[in-house]
Amino acid sequence: MSFPWAKHYEPTHPFMQWMDQKLPLPRLVYNAIGAGYPVPRNLNYFWNFGVLAGAALVIQIVTGIVLAMHYAANGAVAFDSVEHIMRDVNSGWFLRYAHANGATMFFIVVYLHIFRGLYFGSYKAPREMVWLLGVVIFLLMMATAFMGYVLPWGQMSFWGAQVITGFFSAIPVVGEPIRQWLLGGFAPDNAALNRFFSLHYLLPFVIAAVIILHIWALHIPGSSNPTGVEVKDEQDTVPFHPYYTAKDGFGLAIFLIVFAVLLFFAPNMLAEPVNYVPANPLSTPAHIVPEWYFWPFYAILRAFTVDFLWVPAKLWGVIAMFSSILLLFILPWLDNSPVRSTTYRPLYKWFFWLLMFDIVILGICGMKPAAEPWVRMGQIASAYYFAHFLIILPIVSRIERPLPLPNSITEAVLAKHKAA
Amino acid sequence: MIRIIAFLGGLGFVAALLVGALMPREAVEEAVTEKFFKEHKHVSFTTDGPLGKFDHAQLQRGFQVYKEVCSACHSLRLVSFGDLTGIGYTPGQVKTIATEWTQEQPSINPDTGEAATRKNLASDKFPSPFANDVAARAANNNAVPPDLSLMAKAREGGAAYIYSLLTGFQEPPADLPKDSRPGPGLHYNPYFPNLNLSMAPPLVNDGQITYGEGAPKPTVDQMAKDVSAFLIWTAEPKLEARHRAGIATIIFLLIFAGLCWGSYQAIWANKEH
Ligand code: HEC
Ligand code: HEM
Repeated sequence: MSFPWAKHYEPTHPFMQWMDQKLPLPRLVYNAIGAGYPVPRNLNYFWNFGVLAGAALVIQIVTGIVLAMHYAANGAVAFDSVEHIMRDVNSGWFLRYAHANGATMFFIVVYLHIFRGLYFGSYKAPREMVWLLGVVIFLLMMATAFMGYVLPWGQMSFWGAQVITGFFSAIPVVGEPIRQWLLGGFAPDNAALNRFFSLHYLLPFVIAAVIILHIWALHIPGSSNPTGVEVKDEQDTVPFHPYYTAKDGFGLAIFLIVFAVLLFFAPNMLAEPVNYVPANPLSTPAHIVPEWYFWPFYAILRAFTVDFLWVPAKLWGVIAMFSSILLLFILPWLDNSPVRSTTYRPLYKWFFWLLMFDIVILGICGMKPAAEPWVRMGQIASAYYFAHFLIILPIVSRIERPLPLPNSITEAVLAKHKAA
Repeated sequence: MIRIIAFLGGLGFVAALLVGALMPREAVEEAVTEKFFKEHKHVSFTTDGPLGKFDHAQLQRGFQVYKEVCSACHSLRLVSFGDLTGIGYTPGQVKTIATEWTQEQPSINPDTGEAATRKNLASDKFPSPFANDVAARAANNNAVPPDLSLMAKAREGGAAYIYSLLTGFQEPPADLPKDSRPGPGLHYNPYFPNLNLSMAPPLVNDGQITYGEGAPKPTVDQMAKDVSAFLIWTAEPKLEARHRAGIATIIFLLIFAGLCWGSYQAIWANKEH
């Protein structure tokens, strides 16, 4: 579906007409990200991050494919093959730092993309499917990044794999056999490294496929916008091209500048020094910490310290950590408020910003060693995390009286301009 | 229905967490290692900052320290003799360094097939001073001297940590508890996370090494700084190329961003948004 005023693709060049009859690919592009796709005129920069996440995926795939030409997934040589890339392969240092910091950039833009969805209520009807597919992509990204981090086979690669696969052993009875089956052994070793590499190569392409579904689902209702008011007529929209191609182009340039600063001037800022020590199953690092993008979830995992209701603490932690992400799947049904944008929700706004603060605290607790005051702080922060989504949000959305919404996008835009 | 299940699940998590949070904590005493541990010293290197460069003269002095002192115990297994052209040695000099290196490469006797050694070639990596870890342990108070190739990236603090470690050996303080005092073969150094390590102070006397003409005086401090700078290079030989490529890329991207901003403004000129 699209709006009735969407422009139609009318090829003028005979070759393009011929092409349109045989394989209407240019038509598809025109309607998807060209002039044939009408988009609200009032999108702010937060609507740029989806495109940037796509760019980040392309960068990961391109750098990853070339890295894979030089990398060897074998426990005996993996670490040295990465160093071979860094030292001997032409521009290998560039590829490797681009890929490692590219993962960081990917998570930064995806987290901002998710933030946009949460603040502006993009997950609500009629865009629930777009949101659900987004959560699937997020899960796939986490799996990909985790397995990618194992590949250089440094100390943190090895011990990270040990800890993460250890989650499964929290499951009663079948847990330990499942863990051994997943790893292909009692501990991470060659078998694990090989299957992780295979899956790490595969999953980005699965992500690309889910992104196609994500965008397809988005194009049925079209993009939401910062007011959360649906498009009413032609005045409310502009064609995607050239309006948003130009605006996204500028956003992409800024993204690349930030990326370049990180890559060229601080490529190891977010890396753990011990990962420059080859994996050694006999020597456990002092602190095992995951990459920064997993810190909040790691804090939730470690927040459960007591056996409660006959469930052991470790199992609580694993269930809670998975639930903290899986609950995003039911978010569209937890939040009943018909108003999308948090701007018009005077009560919810407070809880929303408290949640953002809470997630930052969780991140800090996840980064710190498991000692006081971080454990207790992590417990309180985790409690708010679950309380926010599962208890507070459904109640707030029921009792809140939202502020009056603008009548249309155009009205909101013109009012803003008069004020300015 | 979904909200009821979510509500109950939420209560479960919150209850389990709050019970955990309310549990009294056992008082933990600050570990001795934490109390006496010192954060690395602050020292600057020519490679610092976005315009940082290698100082070839310093790297060559640092290499000399490695060669004359550290190489007795530490390997440099990721670096080859040929790589030394990157710090200003000519291929001829590299060849001499390789052939004159005391530790030879393991090899076999071409006639009998028995284990033997041969002289180093420029394409060889630096040979390890010990045949294997067992030999290394036996010679070093049961500790394996770690490979130094990546040391400047493999420790918190990097090269500044190495410098602090080399200049930080000292008498243990009087109030150090008895079981944290260095045992036989161990040496007290507050910059080392465990406080006591198996490496004897490798740089002890000013002038322990003779630097060439025009070089600064080889004080312990200077030698430590030089070898730390050398280890920055062994860990990140492409650092200078990276900085140069970075400056060019950023200039290009700034121009690109300017052009994008211009077209964005031009296209949206008559459209309030
Ligand atoms: C006599 C042998 C010997 C010499 C010479 C020597 N080291 Fe060591 N070094 C060791 C041993 C043994 C260890 C391991 C100590 C331990 O883990 O307790 C070590 C450890 C180290 C460490 C790692 C500390 C850590 O954080 O794990 C660094 C860095 C280091 N040495 C640098 C040097 C430098 C630079 C030189 C040359 C100036 C040098 N060493 C000379 C034996 C030596
Ligand atoms: C969703 C996209 C991707 C993410 C988030 C991701 C993430 C990561 C991470 C975090 C690492 C470890 C970084 C390091 O320390 O080196 C890594 C390494 C690696 N990745 Fe990816 N990656 C992605 C896509 C790909 C693709 C498509 C390929 C190949 C087709 C690939 C190939 C590799 C290889 C060979 C390594 C090991 C080399 C190295 O350590 O630098 N990756 N990846």
